Amino acid sequence: MTAVEEIQNEIIEEFEFLADDRESTIFYIMELGQKLPAMDDSLKTEENIIKGCQSKVWLTSEYKNGKVYFKADSNTDITKGLISLLIRVLSGQTPDTILNTELNFVEKIGMGQVIGSQRSNGFNAMIKQMKLYALGYRAKAQINE
Amino acid sequence: MEAAIKQSSLDIAAIRAQFPVLAQEVNGYPLTYFDNAATSQKPLRVIEALNQYYSVYNSNIHRGVHTLAEKATNAYEATRASLQKFINSGEKEEVIFTKGTSESINLVAATYGRQNIAEGDEIIITGLEHHSNIVPWQMLCEEKGAILKIVPISDKGEIDMEDFRDLLSDKTKIVSVAFASNALGTINPVKEIIEAAHSVDAVVLLDAAQAVAHLKVDVQALDCDFLAASAHKMYGPTGVGFLYGKRHLLEEMPPYQGGGEMIKEVTFEKTTYNDIPFKFEAGTPNIADIIALNEAIGFINDLGKENIRTYEDDLLAYATEKLKAIDKIQFIGTAKHKVGVLSFIIEGMHPFDVGMMLDARGIAVRTGHHCTMPLMQRFELEGTIRASFAVYNTFEEIDTMVASLQKITSRIN
Repeated sequence: MTAVEEIQNEIIEEFEFLADDRESTIFYIMELGQKLPAMDDSLKTEENIIKGCQSKVWLTSEYKNGKVYFKADSNTDITKGLISLLIRVLSGQTPDTILNTELNFVEKIGMGQVIGSQRSNGFNAMIKQMKLYALGYRAKAQINE
Repeated sequence: MEAAIKQSSLDIAAIRAQFPVLAQEVNGYPLTYFDNAATSQKPLRVIEALNQYYSVYNSNIHRGVHTLAEKATNAYEATRASLQKFINSGEKEEVIFTKGTSESINLVAATYGRQNIAEGDEIIITGLEHHSNIVPWQMLCEEKGAILKIVPISDKGEIDMEDFRDLLSDKTKIVSVAFASNALGTINPVKEIIEAAHSVDAVVLLDAAQAVAHLKVDVQALDCDFLAASAHKMYGPTGVGFLYGKRHLLEEMPPYQGGGEMIKEVTFEKTTYNDIPFKFEAGTPNIADIIALNEAIGFINDLGKENIRTYEDDLLAYATEKLKAIDKIQFIGTAKHKVGVLSFIIEGMHPFDVGMMLDARGIAVRTGHHCTMPLMQRFELEGTIRASFAVYNTFEEIDTMVASLQKITSRIN
């Protein structure tokens, strides 16, 4: 099992404890959001924004020693909680891993039902942006080789 | 002061029984539907009218000679006659069917507006308008080089008539204001607004989307020139609404869209237009939903607007009193005269998170900017949490929401 698969399985196990209870699931996601370190205000620029329905998400990335590190923030705790899960899985991985990882935890923890279709669009936009960063870093790395 | 549950002359349990959608669980809890300012639920008689129309007499209206066409036409025109009485217009030809409030306002902007607005003219709206009563006028102003003037909103969410009078001048050609605010519940002093606007010969459009199901609407007593509303916020179907306009204005206005129904005679050289209201009803209209709207009007008339108003006022007073007791809740919009809309924020929490947590308990509220972004900017907010009431809501449902909000706010450090 790869490291990314392990992390995803951990998340799936954590959410199994909540046993499809919507309220507990939402509270748990919010708690995760509150634990995510706040992003420096200077990074909360228009450039770094991913626009969702009712919430704003800021996402930045950094490439160090062949790995991509993400930082993100949102104005709502639930959205922050959702991003924190993505960061947990994808941050600190190589561009190749990020590009090749299938985020199967999203479906397994029933995220679609919790966040609804409009917000899953925003969620998918976050994933897409993270993969775009990875693609950019990979291309850059290939040029430098 | 302890809020009291008041006895209503209405049998709320019997009313609820007419709304099948209310008798369900959402996320394991009985549904508490407090999103009525967005759309109200539909009573059985409305649903049944739709079913009847499609099962028994579906047919295109007005030109058919056969029996079903006749039946459909009569039912369609019966709704117009009911609406005429409902808003007390002088003639039924002054009632035009549209897709809803937004289309009604767009119709006036695109026809009356284009015909009568010139460069340098002024259009006045208030700072609490829904985007539907902002954007059509902005588009018109842009096209004509006219100027949009905004009546400011106080901290309570009200306009000051002095501010409005200060904006009025002989340049003012159109005044378009909400009868009641969808975001705050504020009831505007529309009678005074209309009188003042008429003193400078401006025409007045009332956006009555939030008024028709809750307040007495009498276009003759108000003397408004236009009035726009939607069926789906008054227990009727989605996708239909109406525009009231004074006959002489409607007759002078050019058509809105071209097509069937709106013509008198067509040759390739020239088309002459039909009389009102048909001049403004191009194409096959939403026959089924317009017919079903008649049942929504009947539902409101049977209960009585006065009784509905009294009961909803009691619900609002009760909810306001109960929510006041919760720490960290701040009301947005505390106007003296309000419809049953309660907008609030919780210190330290995003409205979106609150809405999601209430939904987990089966409580449907709206969160966000409520299509009133300039108003939210005025209050320096991204949005609010809005609970809005209808005649089928109960004091117990308010208790349910209050209990959930207490639980939610107790989580804030």
